[in-house]
Amino acid sequence: MNDSTQKTPPTVGLFVTCLVDLMRPSVGTAAMKLLGDAGCQVYVPISQTCCGQPAYNAGDLLDAQEIAKQVIGDFAGLDYVVAPSGSCAGMIKVHYPRIFKDNQDWLERAEELSARTYELMSFLNDVMKDPEILGDYTGTMTYHDSCSGLRELGVKQQPRNLMSKVPGLKLVEGAEAEACCGFGGLFCVKYPDISEKIVDAKVDDILATGADTVLGGDLGCLMNVAGRLTRRGSDVKVRHVAEVLAGTTGLAPPIGHPKPKVKG
Amino acid sequence: MKPTSDVFINNSREALVNDTLQEALAKLAQGFPLKRFNAVSRLAEFDDLRDAARDIKTDVLNNLDSYLEKFEAQVIKQGGKVHWARTADEACKIIVGLCEDAGARTVTKSKSMIGEEIALNESLEDAGIVPVETDLGEYIIQLRKEPPSHIIAPAIHLTIEQVADTFKEAHQDYPADRALTEPRVLLDEARQVLRQRFIDADVGITGANMLVAETGSIVVVTNEGNADLTMTLPKVHIAVASLEKIVPTLEDATTLMRVLARSATGQDMSVYTTLATGPKRDEDQDGPEAFHIVLLDNGRTDMLGGDFHEMLRCIRCGACLNHCPIYKSVGGHAYGWVYSGPMGAVLMPNLLGIGKTGDLPNASTLCGKCEEICPVRIPLPDMLRQWRTRQFDAAVTSSKSHFGLKVWAYMVKRPLLYRFFVSFMLSNLRKFGRKGRFNWLPFAKGWTQVRDFPAPEGQSFIHQYLMSQKRKR
Repeated sequence: MNDSTQKTPPTVGLFVTCLVDLMRPSVGTAAMKLLGDAGCQVYVPISQTCCGQPAYNAGDLLDAQEIAKQVIGDFAGLDYVVAPSGSCAGMIKVHYPRIFKDNQDWLERAEELSARTYELMSFLNDVMKDPEILGDYTGTMTYHDSCSGLRELGVKQQPRNLMSKVPGLKLVEGAEAEACCGFGGLFCVKYPDISEKIVDAKVDDILATGADTVLGGDLGCLMNVAGRLTRRGSDVKVRHVAEVLAGTTGLAPPIGHPKPKVKG
Repeated sequence: MKPTSDVFINNSREALVNDTLQEALAKLAQGFPLKRFNAVSRLAEFDDLRDAARDIKTDVLNNLDSYLEKFEAQVIKQGGKVHWARTADEACKIIVGLCEDAGARTVTKSKSMIGEEIALNESLEDAGIVPVETDLGEYIIQLRKEPPSHIIAPAIHLTIEQVADTFKEAHQDYPADRALTEPRVLLDEARQVLRQRFIDADVGITGANMLVAETGSIVVVTNEGNADLTMTLPKVHIAVASLEKIVPTLEDATTLMRVLARSATGQDMSVYTTLATGPKRDEDQDGPEAFHIVLLDNGRTDMLGGDFHEMLRCIRCGACLNHCPIYKSVGGHAYGWVYSGPMGAVLMPNLLGIGKTGDLPNASTLCGKCEEICPVRIPLPDMLRQWRTRQFDAAVTSSKSHFGLKVWAYMVKRPLLYRFFVSFMLSNLRKFGRKGRFNWLPFAKGWTQVRDFPAPEGQSFIHQYLMSQKRKR
């Protein structure tokens, strides 16, 4: 789609994800900028809410199906659907076809949507190939591989390829970069004691790298890690990888940090 | 043992503050996964072998009846006997009966998870027969009267100091000042104590890693050789196994063995791999006079063809335990019965009922590591989710979270209402989140007990997007 002979840019529907929409809209802005810089025409269907994953993982299959139908409708007719989250993209790409396995009409529509849905990093790296990355960030980073992106979608090398294009960014890998952070959606509030043990191991691994910033591709994990880091009194910063790649870190302080006071 | 899976949350809290357990679990977390990784890295065709192993078990489950009949016919042809047990109770009665017929006073046992599942030791003791566990780990937990905490490493929850104390208490005729925290000393003592037990035993009871249909053989793998002494020295050998342990051919058995030890302990092969086929023949130098196989169903045929059919592919390697963030945090005993980890969280609700095991499928982040490493590619996260769906449909999900989900889903399905609520909530949260985070929030105590809640940035993305579109016009 990205060869130079092509006249019309691909149309991309941005699936913002409910967490980015509510908690950290600057990640949505960063995603729009990255997609635009890569030569896409970006659309934001404004009736979008959530992919339905909380219902699906809680066993509420009926609501998950109804929400999925809504998403399938919202994103009809676009070349691609891209989400700045491995778990939401995985929900659409991997799980939508599963939840309609007994409903032939919707199964076909779910499979059609699945085929053109991507997580942001893999879309930029694998579909747009060698996109322009304008980010500029000086610091030592470590990267947390979120479970769904890593294991359902194979997102591993893509963010690293893209980060290598950012001048000043030094990446130090954690020994347990692929270990779960203990978020798990409702898991972390239903079983907080176990979640604490798991996120502490993740935080220890991050601190051992000596990095000043943790990046990742899923806001749920990042909020969990950031919340535990600040609770433990650490000043290691947490950001979505899109913010750094897009060069939009000025839009918001690191996750869980206060806005800098305006001098004046 | 009486299951305590219904109090999983309490069990897990106790486990998390048990320092010796945490020390033992930290060692496990560093040991097994790395050993598996190294073993798998040495074998380029490992993933192809996993596919082959999966396909063998899939074929077995699709044709279980005919393979079982073939197996039974072969066992009889070799001079052995097959006993069919529908339930744990039936299996125990059959085994106790066989021991009584042999006039047994003591029996040696090699490690068997089916033995644990049917609580065989309790039944034997009730009948006045003394069972002696001969796997070192099983021997230790038998002395301590504990259930196994891991399906292949039953005493993994203990530190060597705890084992030394247990030995000192149990083996009173040894010098009190011996250096039992030296693994060699401990091992030698166990061997000495157990040697006479092997010789004295009237019946030997083993499990079976596989049952080979074409030959009527059982395959038993160990690292200690204890199963070999258990099955060859006494005059009666009883093997107990569940139905799905069948494989069609010896060739298939070798394929499964190539993934089993690598997944379990990171060994290319276990130290001992023994095939036992029928009782001692005239020309054999040793072996039992009688060879019995007790085949246990205990709920497995109910799983065939249903949502948990694929769970029956499990070859009990324990890799999913070793790689599970939940198991590595709380250990096996928290799960409240003989199985644990992801395989236990899927299997135990099938065997004990979801009513008493309701937390097990929920206490998972669905991180997918178990499915990534499973040697027979069981979709464990999907099955955990399947249990959650059954719980939700049966309305046993706690009424508070059920209600919360329903309210949330109601709004998510109504974008305008959702937008209105989101605006209202965000503008209120913004007033209080000036520090960039909350260390306490009502309705989110599970979150804020452990970590701060990052404050939302401001208005929602969609709101900002709409505003920017307006400005453009």
